Amino acid sequence: MSSARQGTAHDGTLLEVRGLTVRFPTSDGVVQAVSDVTFSLSRGETLGVVGESGSGKSVSNLAIMGLLNRQRTAISGQVEFMGRDLLTLPQDELRHIRGKDIAMVFQDPFACLHPMYRVGAQIAEAVTAHQDVSNDAAWARAVELLEHVGIPNAKSRARDYPHQFSGGMRQRAMIAMALVHNPSILICDEPTTALDVTVQAQIIELIEEVKREFDIGVILVTHDLGVVAETANSVMVMYAGRVMEYGPARQVFEQPQHPYAWGLLDSMPSVERRLSALVPIEGSPPSLLAPPSGCPFHPRCRYRFEPCPTERPPLVAPVPDAHPDACWLKWDDKVREAAKRSVTRLGDAA
Amino acid sequence: MTLYIARRLVWTIVVVACVLAITFAVFYLLPAGDPALRFAGKSPTDAELVQIHKRLGLDRPWYVQFGKFSEGFVVGDKFGWPGLGYTYAGQTSVKSLIVARAPRTLLLIAGAAIIWLVVGVAVGVLSAVKRRTIVDRAAMGLALVGISTPVFWLGLMALFIFWRQLGWTAGTGYVSPVDSPTGFLSHMILPWIVLALLYAAFYARMTRNNLLETLGEDYIRTARAKGLPERSVIFKHGLRASLTPIVTMFGLDIALLVGGAVITESVFNIQGLGYLAINSALQQDLPIVVGVVLLASVAVALANLIVDILYAFIDPRVRYA
Repeated sequence: MSSARQGTAHDGTLLEVRGLTVRFPTSDGVVQAVSDVTFSLSRGETLGVVGESGSGKSVSNLAIMGLLNRQRTAISGQVEFMGRDLLTLPQDELRHIRGKDIAMVFQDPFACLHPMYRVGAQIAEAVTAHQDVSNDAAWARAVELLEHVGIPNAKSRARDYPHQFSGGMRQRAMIAMALVHNPSILICDEPTTALDVTVQAQIIELIEEVKREFDIGVILVTHDLGVVAETANSVMVMYAGRVMEYGPARQVFEQPQHPYAWGLLDSMPSVERRLSALVPIEGSPPSLLAPPSGCPFHPRCRYRFEPCPTERPPLVAPVPDAHPDACWLKWDDKVREAAKRSVTRLGDAA
Repeated sequence: MTLYIARRLVWTIVVVACVLAITFAVFYLLPAGDPALRFAGKSPTDAELVQIHKRLGLDRPWYVQFGKFSEGFVVGDKFGWPGLGYTYAGQTSVKSLIVARAPRTLLLIAGAAIIWLVVGVAVGVLSAVKRRTIVDRAAMGLALVGISTPVFWLGLMALFIFWRQLGWTAGTGYVSPVDSPTGFLSHMILPWIVLALLYAAFYARMTRNNLLETLGEDYIRTARAKGLPERSVIFKHGLRASLTPIVTMFGLDIALLVGGAVITESVFNIQGLGYLAINSALQQDLPIVVGVVLLASVAVALANLIVDILYAFIDPRVRYA
């Protein structure tokens, strides 16, 4: 039993992120990578974080893990885990949480394993990083985990080098590495983006299995809305470093409230929707050096009106039953648009 | 693995054969004047010259000469293996001259190499870890000075300060470590440091840049995400991956110095191979120059071979390629 399990808040909340803001000072100015991100994660929950590239998804997670260089990054807000604020925790204390209570799986399994060490040794190293056990015991644990994540002949494959593994196997190895200490939280940063389509589903399935089996909270960063629709309990839509919409997955997919979320869903291909029926979001994401005033999405938004360019909409629930979004549109308009969209979708399917 | 080494070995032999041919062409087919003239001493008669031509084999066509030359190198001549012939001036064997000089150069290189590798890598790591701090800037500033300072000036200044003014070390010249270990050290410490400084500066910069690049890799982030202490992240994960280019440079630098620590040898009057080569070139005693050039090129080829084999040990991707 890890200490995290005993010490969690009574409502099952593992992680509370409040007002997370990340700034990178550069010679060209300050990059406003993440602004005022607030969310929480409970045990057994999968939080899907979606948005285009550069929307601050990965940076938020790196900040939570303490993997951003504190000297060259301005990070503010709170990341509360087991009653402690990870953002103010000294590096060496944070190190004891990293890889033990909070583990991370990264996007590119081809680049994330050290090319010069055996796969088993890299996992065994994760064991000994937090546990005082013999090398043999650590190796045995590595083999056991490789087996667990579905590597055939784990015993001999553990002696392989990463370049002898396929992409999917490497990502499995990364997941095995993350599971070494039965973490409470697993952060998966686009875990399937670099993989073949056929392998993607296997990896997502594996993550889901792991979540159920270890009873952990999963943050799943992706720009694949299909993956989120299948696995996430809640969804956070990010744009230009800000949260645009945040709520239960079912609600966000069935009744999305933010024009950006509408755009994302319209641009998502599926079996029913032909490529010709896809509607791209016009324009490209804004520069984070000088993000637009007001709502960051307003330059690309078809529904923008008078307050959008000047006043930033707060992330609040527009009506008591709805989930929070950051949009000035009236609730009635949102409902009408959402309904129109579901009609078009039905039309496509027919 | 065996196949890999065998392939590299064949290549090394091919390279040495090419070097042999080019060396022969440069020094024997395009000689600056008749070698026999230098061999013969003052005012030789025509009959003497013909005789010498005959003895040196210079009357035979070039391909026969090349055959003789190669044969001597490959299977040896009357002075043993490798046969490098005899000199024009002293009529002694080139091999005995090289054997007498080589230990000086090799010991000079060995001592300097240890210093520059240790100092260079250590400073490079420190600089990379403390990047953009005063430590980094000071180290890189010093490295720039080290790279820009001419060796002869540095050598002379070192001699002036540590030998003449302070009397901490012995002066120029060479003492065999067999005769006097302390005398050897006292004579070699300045040349070692002076020769090492340029390379240490270069290695420090290379180590810093390689390590900085490696530390930006995704697998370094993975190592941190595992919760490893920063020390393991930098040394076990970072330095290991940065080592490959450093090993390459190290092998080649040592090999190149075998024929070329000329300036250091001259300043400190060590009279090793570089000194021998320079003097012989000035006196147009071609067989000696050829001998040193061949030795140096074989050293480079061998160093390449060793580096290639080391590669396979350092980087598993090479082993299985």
